[in-house]
Amino acid sequence: MDMLSSPPHPMTRTHRFYTYAAPSRFYALAGRLLPGLWLLAAGLAALGLYLAFFKAPTDATQGQAYRILFIHVPAAWLSMLLYLALAFWAAIGWAFKARMASLLARAIAPTGAGFTVIALLSGALWGQPSWGSWWVWDARLTSELILLFLYLGYLALVHAIEDPQRADPAGALLALVGVVNVPIIYFSVRWWNTLHQGASISLTAAPRMAETMLQALAVMSLACWAYAFAVIFTRARGLILERERDKAWVQALSKKGQAT
Amino acid sequence: MTWLLLQRELRLAMRRPVDAGLPVAFLLLAACLFPLGLGPEPEQLRRMAPGVLWVLALLASLLSLHSLYAADAQDGSLDQLLLPPHSAWRLAAVKALAHWLSHGLPLLLATPLLGLMYGMHSDSLGLLMLSLLLGTPSLSLLGNLAAALTLGLRNGALLNLLIVLPLSVPVLIFGSGAVGALEAGLPVDGHLSLLAALLIGALLALPAATAAALRIALI
Amino acid sequence: MSMASPCLLSAEQLSCERGGRTLFQELSVQLNAGDIVWLQGSNGSGKSTLLRTLAGLRPAERGSIQHSAALRFLGHSNGLKPDLTVLEGLRFQARWQGLADDEASLLQALKHFGLAPMRSRRSAQLSQGQQRRAALASLALPQAGACWLLDEPFDALDDDSVKQLCALLSSHAAAGGAVLFTSHQHLPGLASRQLPLSGGRP
Repeated sequence: MDMLSSPPHPMTRTHRFYTYAAPSRFYALAGRLLPGLWLLAAGLAALGLYLAFFKAPTDATQGQAYRILFIHVPAAWLSMLLYLALAFWAAIGWAFKARMASLLARAIAPTGAGFTVIALLSGALWGQPSWGSWWVWDARLTSELILLFLYLGYLALVHAIEDPQRADPAGALLALVGVVNVPIIYFSVRWWNTLHQGASISLTAAPRMAETMLQALAVMSLACWAYAFAVIFTRARGLILERERDKAWVQALSKKGQAT
Repeated sequence: MTWLLLQRELRLAMRRPVDAGLPVAFLLLAACLFPLGLGPEPEQLRRMAPGVLWVLALLASLLSLHSLYAADAQDGSLDQLLLPPHSAWRLAAVKALAHWLSHGLPLLLATPLLGLMYGMHSDSLGLLMLSLLLGTPSLSLLGNLAAALTLGLRNGALLNLLIVLPLSVPVLIFGSGAVGALEAGLPVDGHLSLLAALLIGALLALPAATAAALRIALI
Repeated sequence: MSMASPCLLSAEQLSCERGGRTLFQELSVQLNAGDIVWLQGSNGSGKSTLLRTLAGLRPAERGSIQHSAALRFLGHSNGLKPDLTVLEGLRFQARWQGLADDEASLLQALKHFGLAPMRSRRSAQLSQGQQRRAALASLALPQAGACWLLDEPFDALDDDSVKQLCALLSSHAAAGGAVLFTSHQHLPGLASRQLPLSGGRP
């Protein structure tokens, strides 16, 4: 796309979804959505943290320490879902030679890895009061750790290959192999953990979580989603500018930036 | 054609006996380090043996990966091998087989010596060898994929490790778990069946993925 | 160009990109029996990429390629395994490409490029020029009507070998084959046609 695109009118429903397969249009759309996303993330996070730390009841066995789960659980969910999203967009990019889809996958990867790290750190914080050590080989934590290595493998591969024409499909293939393996890895790690009677971190006893706990979890999850969208869109815009820097619309944009 | 390819691979491997011997040498050397680091108590060594030997087998089989396709890419013979109408799938399968024959099999044959060093009982050792027999081909297939993905890249060897190790966790768990189960008096059938299932899955899916990776690498 | 010559390779509206740069667009190439075409262009103009794309080693971004003849490709590098002897390498190439692999034919091909005395030496022990000739030796095996895509075949060759290769290319074309080659040297009288690549549209 080497012409300046005028952003489509928001009220026009005739635009098809794959209009945004053009980097220039995605750039414009993401730019418009970003302020709202950041606000949403901040608002939801504030609400969620309030619910988590002030409104949710104290756990019978774990006391106050369990509250870290309101960060750990959404982070873990997101780390998993973002890996699926990464594999999905990378596969679309490979199958349809859609540059924007591959770019999106690349934008997702660091955020997914980041959430995995948050899940690991918060998991360690959770385990510390219960087990007295900063790391326990809990099945879920160990799976998270392996997921982190899967993310790092993807990032290392796509950054090691200079030519995006080769990097994008290679990354897509690796991500797909990874996605297929994630259930296998998770199953084997669970097997390994039960076999060796390893430590386990979870909420004990209560068959049903208190309603406020669930609310807090839901809000925190949504906050993480909004944050993830915001960060990924920001990164995607940066990647678009970098990749399309020879195109006319990018150069016109930079000239406009220099003029103001 | 398949036999022609396999013949070529094996002949090339035999012309470089040092390359084929290095993983075994690494295995023996590294296996000596654990007793030195952890102490020579026989009971501790016997308990550690399956896990340690499995991890070392995993690492040793990864050592020789970077040269799997790199040499062919560098001297230009990879182009000839992938020229249409030749099948990339067949090349990937033959490369994996040749890699296992020249690296996995020697590892397997060196295991009794290591079992001796660690004071393993003969039935545990036998099971360890069976688990390696079922597991190391999967590792060769995984390594094959990684080598094709990282073809020609500067940090190929380290990248291969980063790519293969997470994916090989299930094989490692079931492989060393089988021997652990035997020593705990638990049934081992589950472990062995899962290893076999992983091998079948790898045989079905990985050569095709490797073929795709090879075509991508030629872009 | 005789209209009666069968078309061995035809490419329409080919477009190739490398590293984000468009090397050429809407390029059409046709190789008929008897053609010897000299692919010209400065460094980086996409000659190697075009040859590789025509050979089927890499996909074209746009366009289609059809061929009715067997394709032989020789790249910049020789495609020789350093640990195999010249004869072993040639025998593998012959079998791999489905050409005559009996000892007489192999020896004949080696003789064409003066490599018979070195047939039991490993490729790593040959000089650069000898290695290039060893790589070219498979072209001297009987193969009527094939389409040859050669990237810098005259590289590192001495004058005698250049003459031998020119003779081989001419006889191959005369027997109904076609050749598309790149070369930095000017070889008068060899090429029947030239194909310039100027980066962008031809």
